[in-house]
Amino acid sequence: MNGGRVMGEMMSKVKVSTTINGDPVEYLCDAEETLLDVLRDHLGLTGAKEGCGTGDCGACSVVVDGRVVCSCLVLGAEAEGRKVTTVEGLATGDRLHPLQQKFLEFAALQCGVCTPGFLVAAKALLDRNPDPTETEIRFGLAGNLCRCTGYDKIVRAVQAAAAEMRKG
Amino acid sequence: MRYEAPTTAKEAVRLMAGKAGMARVLAGGTDLLVQIRTDRIAPDLIVDIKRIAGMRSIMTKSGGFRIGAAVSGAELGEHKALRRAWPGVVEAANLIGSIQIQSRATMGGNLCNASPAADSVPALVAAGATAVIVGPRGRRSLPVEDVAVAPGRTSLKKGEIVEAIVLPKRAPRSGDAYLRFIPRSEMDIAVVGAGVSLTLDRNGVCTAARVALGAVAERVILVPDAAKALIGSTVDQAALERLAAAASAACRPIDDKRGTKKFRIKVAGVLARRAVRTALARAQGK
Repeated sequence: MNGGRVMGEMMSKVKVSTTINGDPVEYLCDAEETLLDVLRDHLGLTGAKEGCGTGDCGACSVVVDGRVVCSCLVLGAEAEGRKVTTVEGLATGDRLHPLQQKFLEFAALQCGVCTPGFLVAAKALLDRNPDPTETEIRFGLAGNLCRCTGYDKIVRAVQAAAAEMRKG
Repeated sequence: MRYEAPTTAKEAVRLMAGKAGMARVLAGGTDLLVQIRTDRIAPDLIVDIKRIAGMRSIMTKSGGFRIGAAVSGAELGEHKALRRAWPGVVEAANLIGSIQIQSRATMGGNLCNASPAADSVPALVAAGATAVIVGPRGRRSLPVEDVAVAPGRTSLKKGEIVEAIVLPKRAPRSGDAYLRFIPRSEMDIAVVGAGVSLTLDRNGVCTAARVALGAVAERVILVPDAAKALIGSTVDQAALERLAAAASAACRPIDDKRGTKKFRIKVAGVLARRAVRTALARAQGK
């Protein structure tokens, strides 16, 4: 009896092969588990945060096949064959990404829960538009909520990072 | 819950038709996954349509466009020819949510979620779009305004899936527009939405028009009387007043936290008039 139940549970698992931050990754997940659940609970990538769980706050932002998404609104099973980038993929070894460096320099965070989402969304923005206006930055980051900073320091940090990245 | 990601429409239909219990189509997931998470629905089967090539592409068809049901808002916005032909439709779809949501949300999903406040739907109805529906008995086409019947309910039968949305060929001197009222500038649900599409002759007389309203009834409504107010006119002030009155008269809204009946009825007329002005300027090539 017990074996049957375990068997049933095994059969409902989805086997996924994907690429996360450049590395091939395989995992088993339940059909209802989100990509955020998989990243945090199965793969130990806890940079993406669960804020609202309904796609409103952006704290769980990751990039899938070049587009920034809320990982709480993606099923883990959907990542099959995709390329996923999380905040853990931003730095190169010990060298911080210019966005991370400027967020520190400009004190663009307080409690830090929203920060990974902002960094991922800002990187996705700058990948498409290396020289955004302030308005474009504010629109581009409108899907990320911060209850501490009032956004101004975040916008300044993104502008400074963009300027530095344009210098190459 | 079981997850399936078929690669053909036929297989998707077989899955949707075969399973006992609740089956749901997963396009962008921006409504579906929220409904599952908040325990509003508990499907036994999820059929992800994003691996079906024909549902992921935008194709030109007889001078119009065939937009796969699983094409994201971001992809619509990046399609220059579509944006040029139907700017109102693309703008309406692009109004939905943040960049993150735009990466996922689809017009097929917006249509089948059957919210009366769905932003892309009034624009599609005004555009005269049709939904291509694939099901156990083959394919059929349905005017977009006949897909939703009530909040959260569609006229689709068991096993049927919206495969694509078809926008017709654009006549010369045509323009469309969609406007919505929300109490802030972005990222909110429409209190009222108004979609307009119109065509002018060489003398600037309106020869064809369609007007649709969102969030003022149990589903998005086509308002033929509002269109009649424009047709045969040069879209002058008197025609605009008649249009606004007809739009307001067609509303049968509810009072809720977003707005009162009275407010919605008034704003529907105002928004329809403003949407006509934008559509008119586009038809005039301005």
